[in-house]
Amino acid sequence: MTNYTPPALAGQRLPNRFDGAAMLLVMALLIALVEVGRTTIGTPIAQIENTPIHLDPSWLPYYALRSTARMFLALFFSLIFTFTYATLAAKSRRAGMVLIPILDILQSVPILGFLTFTTVFFLHLFPGEVMGAELASVFVIFTSQAWNMAFSFYQSLTTLPDDLQEASRSFRLSSWQRFWKLDVPFAMPGLVWNTMLSMSGGWFFVVASEAVTVGNTQFTLPGIGSYVAVALAKEDLPAIFYAILTMLVVILLYDQLLFRPLVAWSTKFRFETTAAVAGPEPWMLKLLRRTALFRSIGEMIGGVFGTIFQLRLSFRQPGQVDETSEPSRIIDGAWFLMITAVALYAAWHIVGYVSSTLHWHDLFTAVLMGVYTAIRVTVLMIIASLVWVPIGVWIGLRPKATRIAQPIAQFLAAFPANLLFPPVVLAIVYFHLAPDIWLTPLMLIGTQWYLLFNVIAGAAAFPGDMKEAVANFHIHGWLWWRKVMIPGILPYFITGALTASGGAWNASIVAEVASWGHHTLIAHGLGAYIAQATAAGDTPRVVLGVVVMSCFVIFFNRILWRPLYAYAVRRTTLG
Amino acid sequence: MDQIYTPLVSVRNCRQAYHKDSSADLVVLDDVDLTLHEGEIVALLGRSGSGKSTLLRIVAGLLKPTSGEVNWRGSPLKGPAPGVAMVFQSFALFPWLTVQENVELGLEALGVGREDREERSEEAIDLIGLGGYDGAYPKELSGGMRQRVGLARALVVHPDLLLMDEPFSALDVLTAETLRTDLIDLWMDGKLPVKSILIVTHNIEEAVLMADRILVFASNPGRVAHELKVPFTHPRNRFDPAFRQMVDDIYGIMTRRKAPEIHTTTAAAPNPFSHPLHPVGTNMMAGLLETLNSQPYNGRADLPALSAALQFEVDELLPLGETLSMLGFALLEEGDLQITDTGRHFAEAETEDRKDIFAEALRAHVPLVTEIRNVIDQRSNHRAAAVRFRDQLEDYMSPEYAAETLRTVIAWGRYAEFFEYDEEAQQFSLEEDDEAEHEE
Repeated sequence: MTNYTPPALAGQRLPNRFDGAAMLLVMALLIALVEVGRTTIGTPIAQIENTPIHLDPSWLPYYALRSTARMFLALFFSLIFTFTYATLAAKSRRAGMVLIPILDILQSVPILGFLTFTTVFFLHLFPGEVMGAELASVFVIFTSQAWNMAFSFYQSLTTLPDDLQEASRSFRLSSWQRFWKLDVPFAMPGLVWNTMLSMSGGWFFVVASEAVTVGNTQFTLPGIGSYVAVALAKEDLPAIFYAILTMLVVILLYDQLLFRPLVAWSTKFRFETTAAVAGPEPWMLKLLRRTALFRSIGEMIGGVFGTIFQLRLSFRQPGQVDETSEPSRIIDGAWFLMITAVALYAAWHIVGYVSSTLHWHDLFTAVLMGVYTAIRVTVLMIIASLVWVPIGVWIGLRPKATRIAQPIAQFLAAFPANLLFPPVVLAIVYFHLAPDIWLTPLMLIGTQWYLLFNVIAGAAAFPGDMKEAVANFHIHGWLWWRKVMIPGILPYFITGALTASGGAWNASIVAEVASWGHHTLIAHGLGAYIAQATAAGDTPRVVLGVVVMSCFVIFFNRILWRPLYAYAVRRTTLG
Repeated sequence: MDQIYTPLVSVRNCRQAYHKDSSADLVVLDDVDLTLHEGEIVALLGRSGSGKSTLLRIVAGLLKPTSGEVNWRGSPLKGPAPGVAMVFQSFALFPWLTVQENVELGLEALGVGREDREERSEEAIDLIGLGGYDGAYPKELSGGMRQRVGLARALVVHPDLLLMDEPFSALDVLTAETLRTDLIDLWMDGKLPVKSILIVTHNIEEAVLMADRILVFASNPGRVAHELKVPFTHPRNRFDPAFRQMVDDIYGIMTRRKAPEIHTTTAAAPNPFSHPLHPVGTNMMAGLLETLNSQPYNGRADLPALSAALQFEVDELLPLGETLSMLGFALLEEGDLQITDTGRHFAEAETEDRKDIFAEALRAHVPLVTEIRNVIDQRSNHRAAAVRFRDQLEDYMSPEYAAETLRTVIAWGRYAEFFEYDEEAQQFSLEEDDEAEHEE
């Protein structure tokens, strides 16, 4: 099974002082968004025409179509962002110094926390138009997709093989030709894989971003998310099951028509010298490749793009590399000075904003809430690991079971978990259970599958000769786990655990507060803190909550996951 | 300038050096001259690290020399010239492009129209014996076929100068031989659309087989040590005594020339950090000593013969021989390897005794090992970070050589049980017997 290092785990990047500057810049940007938005937050909501949402299931195909369209629009913008931002960061050393830490911070910011700022911002941009609400929704989906795609592309660009770079230079490809002949194809497998992960994660945010309430501004866009929101408000349980069913169909279609053909196609771009044993060709790809009509359409499109990619556009002639010359210290100095100035300005801005509305005890509350959520995430991860590691290993060691279970796990990872919340919430209300404990599992419903399918992949990739050696030496029981299997799957497990725990933090914003009709369940935690502040339109506290959560996520990534992953890779691989 | 016609390439006083803050510059190429005329094949022969590939890249316009002038057809070279095409050691084929698309790459960059492109690529593909493979992807092809694609891709642009960077060294012996003879046949028949070939190699026979002129490079710093004209006509016979003699002579040249000091050390005491070590394994050394000590060599071997018998390239054999001679296990002279008494002693010893002999040799001839051991002994916790030694090595050599030297010294020191090394912490320490472990 294909396995790519998630961006957050990819080793040492740049000096840490830039991370500080990046953090300040991102925070200032968030505050700036709020500042712009705050002026409009009081404007009457009547300006937005809320289309009524029908709970009749016959409307569901239309809603599904609208949700999917939003998804693909966001994907389009994510690709544009990836091609520009990551290229700039990779080709310009000075730009990379700033852009990459910013990306690193951005991908740790809980996306649902963004909802407030961006909604307000876009509604302000297009006052009284549905366009604003649509763009706000698309933007949220975009923020859930773009960062890891850009990271993956950046990583590919910085690991381009030297000989191919030299070949493109010596055959004098223009920079435009080189981009499409070398850069993009080389990045393709990683990019496709990350796009797919992004899309899978994206469904969650499609559902979450369609029905939004910020203070007294409220909008519902036609889509599955709004359908569920209305069903929740009206306590209509059958409608929720219809929605879940529709979503299953949508994801199945997307998986079969797009995901599998694309991944299979992208193996063509794998940078390897030997022909790998290819799995069975997905039926959709077979259809596209073998049917005359599809093929001629494909060739036509390919021809047009081919011509465009061949244009000899160039910013400058490919010259000689001067390895002797060192970058100008004066320009470097000026650049650092400029970054420092902007960071200081951002810091000043932040201090000014925060000190006028918040006090130290607010920070204390937010951090305390963060600790509650951290405890929840930790306990959940431990439980999930105890459950899924044995199951995943069992499946992974059996090729037949792997073939059946792996697509199911990936499929479940794509399913928006927020659609599954209502039944659980209903159960909690019905049995009068403590929300502090029983709302917790919701955080991991969607993301635990990453743990499962990574463990399966790890166990499936366990070398056959080592399995034979283990059998030969009669290694069983606890010793087998301790010395053989756990080290064997460790890098995979960490990859999955990082994704799952990151997702859990994000999900806490919707999972720690849940409602059913007029019942509202609230657990103590940072997610609930942000959700409540959002609903109350208390933007300073939203900013504080988002920043504190970002810090928690970054802290866990840097202190726990990244070193663990580096250790696992060093210790459990030969050579 | 008293030339009547301009040569294809002329390189004058070319120098490539990397600036270092702490000490003198690292010189990769020092004061190199090279002139290429139309109608000749020139080989740059040398060991890895002798700067021959760097010179090739300078001629290709890929790399700007630190100083010196490079002229292409009489005018200064500013970047990759249109009349130069390159063949790479690793083939450098784009795995996502078919054979035909790979071959057309250079034409696309020139903006050649589609029909013209197809016609010319077809021509090149047929010329190089790839007909029928047009639609295949590189990963479907064997190494030899891949390098044929590399050749076709270079030839299709009809370059005046064909640059080849160790083009056959990634191939097995038989395949390499076929490609070489095919290329020479095409060249002799005048079917190659090129005017001159510059080939970089570390294979002495390859150079004598193909080139009209050979420039033998010396290392540290890289420079041209010798220039030879090859007087034989094509097709050449490897077993011709004159051919063998020339190969022998070149072996002599390459072993006779000891690498001079990069720095003239003032004191008599050898600087432990100034000499890069070849990454030669202890098993390799033991194996060669055993071979040398037994039939048919009985202690003395002719390097070309040894190279042929062991299927070793010069690039592998020379570092091995030099390491043995540095450690006092063998003598390297005039293309011969002669075992010493210590070497014989080592070859005949048991495993544990071998370690003692090796330790003794390290103590006597590799001051770096002794230096590391001294530092460990001086520390109260008997631990020393590897990074400090690497930094000191980097004052005298490139970071790659420093890392390689450190890796080598770690492997040797471990074998001789001089010290232990903790890869995780990147620390040297004493053996557990010597020092009770406090940690963990």
